[in-house]
Amino acid sequence: MTAQETISREVVVGIEQGLHARPADLLAREARKWQSRIELVADRQRADGKSILDLLTLAAEAGTRLVVEATGPDAREAVEAIGRLFDRNFSEPNSHV
Amino acid sequence: MKFSDFVATDAIRSDVEAGTKPAVIREMAEALVEAGRLPAGELEGIVKAIMKREDLGSTGIGRGVAVPHTKHPSVDRLVGTVAVSRKGIDFESLDGEPVHLFFLLVSPPDRPGDHLRALENISRQLRDDTFCRRLKASTTPADIEHLLEEADSHGVVT
Repeated sequence: MTAQETISREVVVGIEQGLHARPADLLAREARKWQSRIELVADRQRADGKSILDLLTLAAEAGTRLVVEATGPDAREAVEAIGRLFDRNFSEPNSHV
Repeated sequence: MKFSDFVATDAIRSDVEAGTKPAVIREMAEALVEAGRLPAGELEGIVKAIMKREDLGSTGIGRGVAVPHTKHPSVDRLVGTVAVSRKGIDFESLDGEPVHLFFLLVSPPDRPGDHLRALENISRQLRDDTFCRRLKASTTPADIEHLLEEADSHGVVT
């Protein structure tokens, strides 16, 4: 394993309200726990996973497919942790927030 | 979505008096009531709902920006306003920075897409340092209104 390993996995936005401010905040908080550079890749753009502002520019609605991409020494763990957030739907299956 | 699609220009404030999170939220919601964009009778309920949302996690999204918001049945379309604080207000943001720029949004319960697109527009413009700097430096509501118009039409000129 090299320090610059890149790991990616596809996720789907399951949140009914889309990737709004709260899940973006949770995502950025999780991403900041890792040393790796983390990006969320949509059809036409990439967002810095550690920036809420950037994540919100994706305007990812429910059902949107995104790729989580991490590069760095803890890329694998980072992608797994962020993947879990999506898998768990950011703990808000029927958000009214 | 453009700023002009949701920002109530009469409710823009270039120098909020508030020094705390609850106070700035109230000041902005009151501005929307004064501008006739929110019913006066719903003010308390709306302020309470926005604060409840903040309890779930701060809407301070970094770079000195916050987007306090809520859904509320008293509006039939997305309505919002902009405020600037000279001194900055502690908003428990992710990056710990005090917040100078506020975008308050109230959206109808059944329109999550509009809310998402308003957040997209706000965050896209705010990634631009020039926009941030000029918004922060605005001294009158008219300055802010012009800046938003400029951003809507062709992006902000340095």
